[in-house]
Amino acid sequence: MASAREMRLRIKSVKNISQVTRALETVSASKVRKAINAVMATRSYATKAWQVLRHVAGQPGRSSLHPLLVQRDIVNNSLVLVVTGDRGLAGAYNSNVVRFTSQRFDSNTVPVKYIAVGRKGRDLLIRRGKKVIADFSNLPAAPSFSDVSAIGRLAVDEFKAGKVDEVYLVFTSFVNMGRQVTTVKKLLPLELEGEGLVKDFNHASNGPAAAYEYEPDMRVILDEIIPRFTALQVYQAVLESQASEHAARMIAMRNATDNAKELVGALQLAYNKVRQQGITNDILDIVGGAEALAAK
Amino acid sequence: MTIRCEIVSQDRTVFTGDVDIVVLPGAAGEMGILPKHSPVLTALKFGIIKVRKDGKEEVFTVAGGVAEVQPDIVTVLADAAENVKEIDIARADAARVRAEEALAKGLPADNDAYLAMEAALRKSNLRLEAVRRYGKTPRSPYSEQ
Repeated sequence: MASAREMRLRIKSVKNISQVTRALETVSASKVRKAINAVMATRSYATKAWQVLRHVAGQPGRSSLHPLLVQRDIVNNSLVLVVTGDRGLAGAYNSNVVRFTSQRFDSNTVPVKYIAVGRKGRDLLIRRGKKVIADFSNLPAAPSFSDVSAIGRLAVDEFKAGKVDEVYLVFTSFVNMGRQVTTVKKLLPLELEGEGLVKDFNHASNGPAAAYEYEPDMRVILDEIIPRFTALQVYQAVLESQASEHAARMIAMRNATDNAKELVGALQLAYNKVRQQGITNDILDIVGGAEALAAK
Repeated sequence: MTIRCEIVSQDRTVFTGDVDIVVLPGAAGEMGILPKHSPVLTALKFGIIKVRKDGKEEVFTVAGGVAEVQPDIVTVLADAAENVKEIDIARADAARVRAEEALAKGLPADNDAYLAMEAALRKSNLRLEAVRRYGKTPRSPYSEQ
């Protein structure tokens, strides 16, 4: 058994660790609140924008409407945007995203290129030998749209230039404090989820002829909204991921603090036993010594 | 017969409700949207959105954006939007003064910054104008009926 002194040191170090984890938990708790506010604020706009995009894509003859709506027959290259955090100590948050990405895209027959958003994701992807063509790290906390619009623009440019034929977005959507779900979304070309939408559109407007009228004109407005709304989806994904990251870190740190407390309890008990044993031994020695003197 | 109207700006939902008519500042001029309107996708100018329900009118400022019209719903995706009732005149005026001062100091080297400042000025002018016209007593072609 370890000596009392060693145990005292051990207890102290565990207590120190628990202080650090508790501090991190508190910090994450306040960050997560801010991040949730940001997510909730933009969610309705982003959802509506996505809806409008899908309505646009749901029109008859969509491929001729805009280059970003063209479904290419042969897919030669895929591009995946992977949104992770810049820091670790967030439980399985970062590795979940990368593992999910691997499971989803490793079996792809076409070459896949990656754009990493977040340092951890970049490092993990590179370690797995993936081709990372761009890296957006050190995004500010609570980024504004202009901070992340470059990411969406890059994806759109790559698609337009024909370097990639489809673009996916992998991020962690925030459900609640205890639940964050790694999600994949097809960004380009716009995917119609099921045929229901096309039916809805026609149903609502009595026949396929009633597609949109555009003001000022189709080109101008589609050129304006499709790239922007695509970038907006990236923005929303980043916000969701940040909220998820802070929530994950908070839970991880809470668990660490709880574990440390438990460990301190167990160590303290063992230490007390050792100490008590030492005192008992000392008393026995003294009593023994005193009796030996008295016997003389 | 009503049409659903949803106005969302980038940071919140400004208005949702079933209404009789929506008037939008479209890129090609004002457009009044009644229920069963054919689908339209339009860019929005800086201007005023009016929403009427049972003779009662709500007025919103909108600083550009897009509107999608479907027969049963109008979705306004505004870059910024506000109910005229919520506009704080003092704040809007202060913002206008700030923007004018900044512009008067000369052109910033950065084109983006210049555009942002100009947009801020236009926005605060729009808000003041809206409050002046619709703030206390709503006067409009529709509210007289």
